[in-house]
Amino acid sequence: MSALLAAAPALPLGEAGKYVAAAFVVFVAVILIYVAIMAAKLQRMSRELAELNAAVEARERGEAARAEQAEARR
Amino acid sequence: MYGKGLRALSLATFAAVTATFALVFFYAPLDADQGFIQKIFYVHVPVAIVTLCAYVVGAIFAALHLRTRDRKWDLRSYVVIHIALIYNILGLLTGSIWAKASWGHWWVWDEPTLVSFLIVFLLFATYQPLRFSIEDPERQARYASVFAIMAGAFVPLNFVAVRAATAFVHPRVFATSSGGLPGSMAFVFVCALMAIALLFALLCSYEIAAKQTKWKLRALRRRLLGADAVAPLGRSAAPALGEPGRRAPSAGGRASHPAEAAS
Repeated sequence: MSALLAAAPALPLGEAGKYVAAAFVVFVAVILIYVAIMAAKLQRMSRELAELNAAVEARERGEAARAEQAEARR
Repeated sequence: MYGKGLRALSLATFAAVTATFALVFFYAPLDADQGFIQKIFYVHVPVAIVTLCAYVVGAIFAALHLRTRDRKWDLRSYVVIHIALIYNILGLLTGSIWAKASWGHWWVWDEPTLVSFLIVFLLFATYQPLRFSIEDPERQARYASVFAIMAGAFVPLNFVAVRAATAFVHPRVFATSSGGLPGSMAFVFVCALMAIALLFALLCSYEIAAKQTKWKLRALRRRLLGADAVAPLGRSAAPALGEPGRRAPSAGGRASHPAEAAS
C-alpha cells in the first residue's frame, strides 16, 4: 500500500481535491442508496417467503394429522 | 431460476470498479491543463456514455416488445430506462461539480452539451409518469414502448446535433483534430467505461430478478392461500408480469414468465 501511495501522483486536497472527492462521493452514495432500496425490497420478499413457508408447513402438518387419525380409525 | 449468474456479475463488477478507482488515482497521470480536477472525467464521461447508450438499448427492447408482444422485452425496456435515469442524474451531478471546479459555475445554460443532456433527462423523466397514467397493462406496455422508441431515436440525433454545433466550451477529447487522450489516460478511461457499464448491467439484473421474484411470490401465494390472500394491485408504472384481473396480459399477448403460466 505504501508503495502504491509512493507511486501515486500527489493528491492535492485543497480546492481541486474537494470537488473530485465530491464527484466520487456522489457516485458511490447514489449507488449505495439504490443498493439499500434493493436490500429493503429483498427483505420484504424474504418475509413473504417465510410466511408462505409457514403456511405450507402448517398445511402439511394438518394433512399428516388427518392421515394419522384416519389410520387410527382403521 | 431468477438472478442466475448474479454472484459472478457482482464480483466482476466489484473488482472492475475497485481496480478502476485505483487506476484513476494511482496510475492515470495528472492532466497538464486541468490538473487533479480532471479525475472527475473518469466517472462523469463513462456515466454519460452508458446513459445515452442505455436509452438506445431501452428503445431497441421496446421495439422488440412491439414486434413480439413478449412481456419480457417490456420489462427489460422499463428496467434499462429506469436505471439509465439514475445514471442520468449521476451524470448531471458529477458534470455540475466538474463545471463548478473548472468553469466556476454549477451550470452553464449556453453550453449545448449540458443543456442537451438535461433535455434528454427531462424527456425520459416523463416515461414513468406516462406508464403510471395508463391503468390497462397491455396499453401501458404498448404506449410506453412507442414512447421509448421515439425518445430513444432522439438520443443519437441530439448527440449528432450537439457535436455539429460550433460554439462550445465543453471539452472534446475523442477524435478531435488536436489529438485525443494520451495512451495511459485512454487505458484508464476504457477501464472506467467497462466498469461503469458492468455496474449498469448488474443493477439491471438485480432489478429484473427482484421484479420477477415479486411476481412469482404473488402467484405462489395465490396458489397456496387462494385469491383472497393476495392484496389487490394498485396502479403502478412497473410492468405487470401476469395476474388475472386488472393487470392480466391480453389474450393476444404471449406469456413470457412462469408466473403467468402458473396463474
